[in-house]
Amino acid sequence: MIYARGLIKRFGDFTAVDGIDLDVAPGEAFGFLGPNGAGKSSTMRMISCVSMPTAGELRILGMDPVREGPRIRARLGVCPQLDNLDPDLNVRENLTTYARYFGLSKSEARSRAQNLLEFVQLQEKATSTVEPLSGGMKRRLTIARSLINNPDLVLLDEPTTGLDPQARHLLWERLFRLKQQGTTLVLTTHYMDEAEQLCDRLVVMDGGRIAAEGSPRSLIETHSTPEVVELRFTDEVDYTGKLEGIGRVDPLPDRILLYTDDGDAAVNEVHRRGLTPSSVLVRRSSLEDVFLQLTGRTLVD
Amino acid sequence: MVTTMLAARVSLSPSRVGAVINRNVGALRSGPSYWLVLVSGFFEPLLYLLSIGIGVGALVGPITLPGGRVIEYAEFVAPAMLAVSAMSGALSETTFNFFFKMKYSKTFEAILATPVKPFEIALGELSWALVRSSVYTGAFLVVMVALGLTSPGWALAALPATLLVGLAFGGVGMAISTLMRGWQDFDMLTTGQFALFLFSGTFSPVQDYPPAMEVLVAATPLFHAVELVRGLAIGELGWSLLGNAAYLLAMGAAGLVFAARRIQRTLCV
Amino acid sequence: MAHPTVAVLERHLHLYRRLWRASVFSSFILPVLFLISIGIGVGGYVGQIQGVDYLAWIVPGVMASTAFQMAIGESTYSVLGDFKWVRAYHAMRATPVEIHDMVAGWMLYILLRVEIAAVVFLGVTGLFGALHSPWAAVTPLIAALVAVAAAAPVTAFAASIDNDSYFALLFRFFMIPSTLFAGVFFPVDQLPPVILPLAWLSPLWHGVELSRAATLGVAPPWPAAVHVGCLALFAVAGLAWAMAAFRKRLQD
Repeated sequence: MIYARGLIKRFGDFTAVDGIDLDVAPGEAFGFLGPNGAGKSSTMRMISCVSMPTAGELRILGMDPVREGPRIRARLGVCPQLDNLDPDLNVRENLTTYARYFGLSKSEARSRAQNLLEFVQLQEKATSTVEPLSGGMKRRLTIARSLINNPDLVLLDEPTTGLDPQARHLLWERLFRLKQQGTTLVLTTHYMDEAEQLCDRLVVMDGGRIAAEGSPRSLIETHSTPEVVELRFTDEVDYTGKLEGIGRVDPLPDRILLYTDDGDAAVNEVHRRGLTPSSVLVRRSSLEDVFLQLTGRTLVD
Repeated sequence: MVTTMLAARVSLSPSRVGAVINRNVGALRSGPSYWLVLVSGFFEPLLYLLSIGIGVGALVGPITLPGGRVIEYAEFVAPAMLAVSAMSGALSETTFNFFFKMKYSKTFEAILATPVKPFEIALGELSWALVRSSVYTGAFLVVMVALGLTSPGWALAALPATLLVGLAFGGVGMAISTLMRGWQDFDMLTTGQFALFLFSGTFSPVQDYPPAMEVLVAATPLFHAVELVRGLAIGELGWSLLGNAAYLLAMGAAGLVFAARRIQRTLCV
Repeated sequence: MAHPTVAVLERHLHLYRRLWRASVFSSFILPVLFLISIGIGVGGYVGQIQGVDYLAWIVPGVMASTAFQMAIGESTYSVLGDFKWVRAYHAMRATPVEIHDMVAGWMLYILLRVEIAAVVFLGVTGLFGALHSPWAAVTPLIAALVAVAAAAPVTAFAASIDNDSYFALLFRFFMIPSTLFAGVFFPVDQLPPVILPLAWLSPLWHGVELSRAATLGVAPPWPAAVHVGCLALFAVAGLAWAMAAFRKRLQD
């Protein structure tokens, strides 16, 4: 679906994407994980044939985005980071008007709009204007709009940024269903839970480059330990030395992380050494840890 | 109406009114675009004067006033454009800008959180509108004198009349703004303003209109503004000018009081 | 299969269905009011000009200037808004709709609006007895040319800026002076010789002269082909600029 080699995007002196390689297969749910400014959105814009690569090779659905932009876009569904719904049209008209851009007939546009409104559970809002809708509803409508042409490939740029937890879960559920139907999904996110929920495979991006690639599970296995212990101390003493040997120690400004195969054993060892942290948390390792490991920084700051 | 106004006046603080004006001066300094737009507003009536007054005037020749006096067509149109510039200067400040401050930027809400009273806001806004309007009219009078369309003496006599016009339209402009539901209502305002502009004895004497229309026009404000300003600018005095002035004064006062009440009612709840 | 350009046109028409009431005044009533106030009111003092009534003389001018003003007025806030606030063009960009479809769809919309106004105006002025030649029938075509010659560069301008207060300046320093000094109300040879060439540079002047030649059945001051050529030049240059401006704006 997507094939990229040495893909580069520069804006003046600034290099947003610095030579990345990608392969996305049909039916896959593929994610770009990274903090703001990592180059995720620039990559997405190149994939959606809106912005031209500065250098490198890019093929979307087997076609060249520079020469065959319209033909590629006819088979893509794009859900942009900023909602660009038409505030002067109602919910249904937003879908039918958009359908016409793909050359669908009016009756076809109407019937697809009806099905999609049901799919994103907005059928009661069909004649409402866009403005009074909640953030989650607007995003669902944008996703419905991106599906109007039965796309082979759906691109979602930070689909749940700015939504409350309930709206996020509803959206994930809908996207998961889409994935089950065999639609290829490509999404960007800076939430590790989103990446873990939705992606079969993902790349971790940082500073315009790919820092790591794999399934969420394999990334955690390769770059982290199965469990992590989070320790907090109330005093300002440097505990790094005192914790040495229990696991890999990673001091953060507000807490200390211990990467270990067995969390409970590590906690016992901490207590045995006579240390008294104010709080102790043992959890499974996450993509956040992978990111921290790879870049030395946290994902969401 | 007048008693309410007097009652309000008693406890009126000039410094608080001044503070409202001062905010507008500050807004003026904050961006170059507002400046440019403000200054450019002066050119519109001037361009009409040059085009219709002088350009078309060359085709028209002299025009005979109802009193029998004969003047150049440009002399006839120029005072009307002067009145129009007083009107549009005052209206643009008290409609678009006033509405924006009242509904969107919540400027008035912020001001009312201080000891400033609604009537003081209305008076401050009106004074500011008058400043803008008189800048336009002052400059326009200079142009008229330079083009020989009025004498310096009559120009000075017309200046207070233009202030009165600004006051009248400024007051009513604010009152209308407090009633506006949204930007779409401004289309109606612009429509009304343009109809007044075309049919207030501006380009041809109202005596030429059909009688029914003449009566209708005599009820509208810009007609009185044009009559008053024209009478003074060309030195054609008569008792009817007092009637025109009284109409404008009443209109301004009513608008001011109404606007203050509406601010009170919509924002002080 | 609907052509993407048609889909873009449809979108604009769809929105117009909601907003048409506000445009009734500027499209239909204003030009007629103008005719009554200036054409009949002032015209009563003018007498004959170039052998016809003043009203008959300014009718073609007011028609061309209505097309001109509508084209400019429509191509300001709406265009900027669809980039900046609505982001409608960004939405189109993600579909098979291409830049030239966006510009062409928009121009077709403007043309449709202007043509309706022009035809209605032609009918009204016919009733006033202000049309003196069957050539008057071509004036809607001239209005179309004026509309594109004015709308294309203004659309490009609106697509290039970020602050809408430039529009007030565009209206006051370009649109209103053009309307007032491009031969709509009085012959341009009355203008001071230094200003006259500015009138030649205005697309409106060419449109006014062509329309006047048509409704009065006389020859225009320059050969008709030259006037048409000047308007076409504005239109083509404006369209090229608009395409470039759209492309640039949608790239970031």
